[in-house]
Parts: sequence; C-alpha cells; structure tokens
Amino acid sequence: MIELIQEMFSYRFMLRAITAGGLISLCAALLGVSLVLKRYSMIGDGLSHVGFGALALATVMNAAPLAVAIPVVVAAAFFLLRISGNSKIKGDAAIGLISAGSLAIGVMMISMTSGVNTDVYNYMFGSILAMSDGDVWLCVGLAAVVLFLFVWCYTRMFAVTFDETFARATGTRVGLYNGLLAALTAVTIVLGMRLMGSLLISSLIIFPALTAMRVCKRFISVILSAGVISVVCFFAGMMMSYAWGTPAGASVVVVNLAVFLVFYVIGALRER
Amino acid sequence: MAYLTCEKVELAYEGVPVVSDLSFAINKGDYLCVVGENGSGKSTLIKALLGLKKPAAGKITFGDGLTQKDIGYLPQQTPAQADFPASAFEVVLSGCLNRLGIKPFYGKAEKERAWANLKRLSAEHLANSCYRDLSGGQKQRILLARALCAAEKVLLLDEPVTGLDPTAVEEMYQLIKKLNREDGITVIMVSHDIHGAVRQASHILHLHNRPLFFGTAAEYRKSGAFNGVKATEETAGRSAEESALQKNTVGMIADGSESAAGRKMQAAEMTEKKTQNSVVREEQL
Repeated sequence: MIELIQEMFSYRFMLRAITAGGLISLCAALLGVSLVLKRYSMIGDGLSHVGFGALALATVMNAAPLAVAIPVVVAAAFFLLRISGNSKIKGDAAIGLISAGSLAIGVMMISMTSGVNTDVYNYMFGSILAMSDGDVWLCVGLAAVVLFLFVWCYTRMFAVTFDETFARATGTRVGLYNGLLAALTAVTIVLGMRLMGSLLISSLIIFPALTAMRVCKRFISVILSAGVISVVCFFAGMMMSYAWGTPAGASVVVVNLAVFLVFYVIGALRER
Repeated sequence: MAYLTCEKVELAYEGVPVVSDLSFAINKGDYLCVVGENGSGKSTLIKALLGLKKPAAGKITFGDGLTQKDIGYLPQQTPAQADFPASAFEVVLSGCLNRLGIKPFYGKAEKERAWANLKRLSAEHLANSCYRDLSGGQKQRILLARALCAAEKVLLLDEPVTGLDPTAVEEMYQLIKKLNREDGITVIMVSHDIHGAVRQASHILHLHNRPLFFGTAAEYRKSGAFNGVKATEETAGRSAEESALQKNTVGMIADGSESAAGRKMQAAEMTEKKTQNSVVREEQL
C-alpha cells in the first residue's frame, strides 16, 4: 500500500493531478452543500455541459481553453440561477435544454473541424494527464479564494441557504451571495472538468454533501465532513485509477458512490 | 403617532393591482390579524410591509420610533427546510445576522441573545436537536425564536398555524398571545383561521384585494364581513370540504408565486370547486 502511494507520487503528472484534484474536490464539496440544500444540484450538472461546449469552442478557435471556458460558464451560471429563481419558467427543464444543447453544439463543432478525437474523449470523461503546472497553480489560487470567501461568508451563506425569504427580509443581500455561489461554482467546475470529465464533475458537488447529510445533524459538521469525505474519496479514487488503470474521473465517482451507500446504511440504522 | 400607517396603498404585479385602496394603522401593542382568501393579497401585503415590494400608489410610513429593521418575520416553511441538516440553535442564531454589521462571525452577545430567545419560548431543550427531526409545532417555535433575535418590536407572522395539529395550534396561539400581552410585542399575523384570529387578535383586517373590514375584533364579530363567512359555513357545512380545499391551495401557492395570472387561475379553480352556497357567499362579500 505504502509502496503504491510512494510510486504514485514519484510521477510528476500524478502529483499534479492529485494536488489540483484534491483542492478542487474540497472546493466542490463546500460549495456543494449549499447547492444541494438550495435544490440547485442540477445547475452544477448543467454548467459542466456548458463547459464542454465552451472547451470545444476554444479548440475550434485555437484559443486557450480556460480563457474561453471560464467567462462562458460564469455567464451561464448567472443565467441558470436567474431562471431557477423565476418560478414562471420551470428551472429543471430549462437546465436540461441548455445542457443538452451546449453538449450537442460542442460535439458538432469538433466533428466539423478536427473530428472526434481523444480531446473530445478526455473532455467527456477526464484525464489525469490534463493538468499542467500552470493549472495546478490556478487550482491552488482558486482553492485559496474559495476557502477564504466561504469561511468569511459562512454565517451569511448559512442564512441564505436555510431561508432566502427571511434573509432578504432582515436585510441580507441575498442576490450577492447567490451570485458569489454561482461564480465560485462555475470556476470550480471549469477547472475540475478536465480532470474529472464534464459528464462526471457534478458528482464532486453532489456526492459529498449528500453523504455527509446522511449522518450529520449540524450544518457546520455537514460542511466539515463533506470536505473531508470529498478529499478522501478523491485520493482513494486516484489510487484505484493508478493501480487498476481505470479512468480517474469514473474511479473517484465510484468511490464516492460506495461511501455514500455506507453512510446511507449508517444513517438508516441510526434512525431506527 | 402610529407604529405603522398604510395610506391608500396599492400593490400591483406588472401593472395589475392585487391590493388597492388599503388604509390602516397599527399602534404599539396591537395584535392585528389579516384574514382573507387565497389570492386576496395577503402575501403581497407582507412583502410590502417587509420592504420587499414598493407600493404602486399610496405610502407606508413608520412612526413612534419604529423602523423597517424592527420587524421580525416568521415566514412560511419551505419544502427545502424539511430535511435541512442544522441544529435548532444554528437556526435561531441565524436570526442575529442583521446585528453583525461587517463582522464575519457570531460573538458572545449574539449567542446569549439566541439562548435568551430560546428560553423565552421554553424551547432551550431543543437547542441541540436537528431541525429536520422536530415536529411542526417545534419548528415554528424555533423560527419564532429566530424572528425575535432579528427584531423585537414587531412580529410579522405568515400563516403561523397552517399545517399544525390542533394541540400545536393552541400552543402557538398561546405563545403569540403571551409575547403580545406580557412582552408588549406588536403582532401582525396573516391567517386562514378566521375563528382563531377573532379569538386572539385585538384588530382584524379582512382583505379581498381591497379592505372589506378594518377595526377591532369585537367590531368585526358584529360586522357583515364576519357574519357572511359564518353564515355560509353553517349552511353549507363547508368546514371539512373547504379546509381540505384550502390545504390544497396553500400547497399551490407555497412557492410564493402570486402572479396576477396565477391568481386568476386559482380564483377560477376555487369557484369551480366550491359549492353553490360558497359562491353566494362570495357575492355577499
């Protein structure tokens, strides 16, 4: 076991993937608790598909992937948040429309230019080779920003997550915190999707929060456990991927699923 | 001067008036109950009193040292809260948010305030329980404590007894009465439960897109507006059927969408489902 870990860390690309992925997992889990409780989980899923479309666009334009993807996905996040807040339009249907639409447009763009190749496959399912040194530093920067803002706004985030109407009525700037949540989620998704794949990145947001909620009874403990669970699952998934040669994204999701089931059973047994 | 005065207020969505020509005043220590059917503009009035909606015409003024910030609010519970993993204490503490200013975290003063309000509502034994495991009545108690943390001059209660079992309804009414009588908190309650309202409140505002009645509870009991409600209840024996119907429609508007179009559709549905007697009653009103 220890030999395996030592061997894993001896490769520079693995070290990069694990550092960047671990930090992204942590950020995604923290943001995920609020998103899941606010019934915004599907926004994460929608954004990852928009991210795919944006990366395809960047490939076609020969532009830097992140320079195109980050603004596009942040804009999409604000748009999705707006339609979710508007009860006249059914938010879930609109998200389905946008995510399938951008996925299709992305695939069309790539197939008409370079043809479907490994790039497309990697964008869909992720690749541990995707992270460059620059990306790792970007992830470190992002993680620092997310952690700082999350801790600093924790009390406000709780109030806005628990009861938006009350928070608004007592003078909290709900729009500001929702916008912040959307923007941070968008950036986390764009950075994480090349590692995890656009089809699987939303699991980093949804799974740890749901898992922690099975057993935790306080908000602060849900947040802390979600963070720990997410990082541990990511690391275990990467080990599995390295040992058995399975795709990184899928391995992490499978570990998350297994842990969720264990916590689900523990939660159910406790209730009895 | 009155705490809160509405003068010829009109509230509208996209130019379509929901409430019009509304004038009333609330004084310190009053217990005002706003009654009316679904879509009669009650929720819109709440938004206006909380400053979340500007009147299309007329004005709402605060006096006697009251400001917008002194109104504590007990909203209707949302479906998302049903499985929310937070301790009751965390929820109550979140009511102190507007006292933090730019400070990021709650200090000793806020925590003491939260405890004091839990004790005031004899709910300190619930502090460490998970909010999602509490009963409907206990949840309301916790949310009431949170409202008291936010402000303590005026409490604005939105359907505080909807969905509670009879014992919990009675407890909730006693609690509100105690806060009003003993602690001198001015209460504005929006409710479907007209009979409960008449028993509890000092003043009644009966709303049906425009005010049908505003005055003391004693006057209301003698008024046409209340007798209209009572008469049809007796003859149609509506209580069972209509309360079921009301529950349905409460669910329908629970998401807070009270757009003009939605309102019309609801009104149409209600009329369709109602017995002839209640239709007659509406005409009387």
